[in-house]
Amino acid sequence: MRPGFPRGEAAIVGAATYGIGKCPGVAPVDMAARAALAALDDAGLALSDVDALYTSAPYEALGGLELAEYLGLTPRVTDCNRTGGSAFEVYVQQAALALSAGLINCALIAYGSNPSSAAAKAVGLTRPSPWEAPYQPLAPVSSYALAASRHMHLYGTTRRQLAEVAVAARRWAQLNPEAAARGPLSIDDVLFARMVSDPLTVRDCCLFNDGAAAIVLVRRKRARDCAKLPIHVLGAAHAVTHREISSMPDLTVTGAALTGPQAYAQARVRASDIDLAMLYDAFTITPILFLEDLGFCAKGEGGCFVEDGAIAPGGRLAVNTNGGGLSCVHPGMYGLFLLVEAVRQLRGEAGARQIRQPKLALAHGNGGVLSSEATVILGVPDTL
Amino acid sequence: MIRPEEEWRAFLDQGRFMIQRSSSTGGYVFYPRVAEPGTGAQDLHWIEASGRGTVHAVTVVRKKDPAESYSVVLVDLDEGPRLMSRVQAVEPDSVAIGMKVVARIVREGDQPLLVFVPA
Repeated sequence: MRPGFPRGEAAIVGAATYGIGKCPGVAPVDMAARAALAALDDAGLALSDVDALYTSAPYEALGGLELAEYLGLTPRVTDCNRTGGSAFEVYVQQAALALSAGLINCALIAYGSNPSSAAAKAVGLTRPSPWEAPYQPLAPVSSYALAASRHMHLYGTTRRQLAEVAVAARRWAQLNPEAAARGPLSIDDVLFARMVSDPLTVRDCCLFNDGAAAIVLVRRKRARDCAKLPIHVLGAAHAVTHREISSMPDLTVTGAALTGPQAYAQARVRASDIDLAMLYDAFTITPILFLEDLGFCAKGEGGCFVEDGAIAPGGRLAVNTNGGGLSCVHPGMYGLFLLVEAVRQLRGEAGARQIRQPKLALAHGNGGVLSSEATVILGVPDTL
Repeated sequence: MIRPEEEWRAFLDQGRFMIQRSSSTGGYVFYPRVAEPGTGAQDLHWIEASGRGTVHAVTVVRKKDPAESYSVVLVDLDEGPRLMSRVQAVEPDSVAIGMKVVARIVREGDQPLLVFVPA
């Protein structure tokens, strides 16, 4: 089958974050608007250029309509998809297709959420599963814990290896002034932290803090005239395998095993070509699963792969250089922050955590409970 | 017209653990629905589950004292389908992957609940 993707035809020309950590006193839509305007400014574009809007509001089912109204936009394409944290990688795929088809000219993807500052407890958009909720799993950590238990059983993955993921994220975060959690963290700190749902301690779990982000995409030709180095979308693939963990076809193989090969084929690259892997780290088990499923190592070897600081600064593969959901930001749906960090690294804007002349980055979003997986491959203009 | 969840709960309330089976494909289905996933076969009928299964994955939800920690498991039924449940009548820490278990219907509040105990 042909890869079926307009390789490099769309480019990210603006990227921004806003309010990472604590952002009290405002509504999520205020934060999304701040990030959106900053991303447009970064691109040298204006609101009047935007004709497509993609957003996933945290507590508003009609969030796409809400943000269009707030910004005074009349988009030709508006989407507010419900694939959880992977939504933003899916938006990149859909925006690239719409740009390539000429349906739209400028796509804005934005998100804001402040669960740690919100005065009132947010009303969730999901209902508890009647087949799982009676057993009182902690949502969503117990679902990831079940997947981790299976991986440990089959492949001998250890809690220490899980802890390596948290410590690597923290070491990257210590190089990122924007990251929310920058204090010291050792393997033992993770191992002896409060157990939440075996085998995951509170330090195996991502943050739940405030943050907003936005990116802007245009077609390749126009991207050349924007303010910053264009970062091209070389491939983007999405797969959904289930909703609840009890229906996951194989607890140790995620949909990334489907989206990785598709995205690599679209981009005409291999895992070994990737300079930066931004892998959604809701829990320490998730980057291990994605390293395997995306071909950075064989199935079952993810635990060994991350040992001895291999994904920390100076390691064999740069992973989650912003500090990830574990130590930088995770406001509920983290996927857009993966893309912003990839853009910053590919542009060479990452300051103390900048990796050496990266050309290719992979951003892998995860939604639900390993339910929705979306892989985006980004490249500098040289990779076209 | 089948009403999947409502009928399943009514059976459970009578002390019966039922799953569905397609007459045409022979496939077993849980959780209950109007068609078999994958094939779309709509000729599903209720059958009594054997109640036998194997723990496929396990976690223990840790509560602060005095609340008690409890297991949350995924059980592979001998018929094939996988479901979430809890293993009772044994310390949560001793629940292990590969453990053979059998179904029990207990009452929690005024609701019947499907759980498992070691076989």
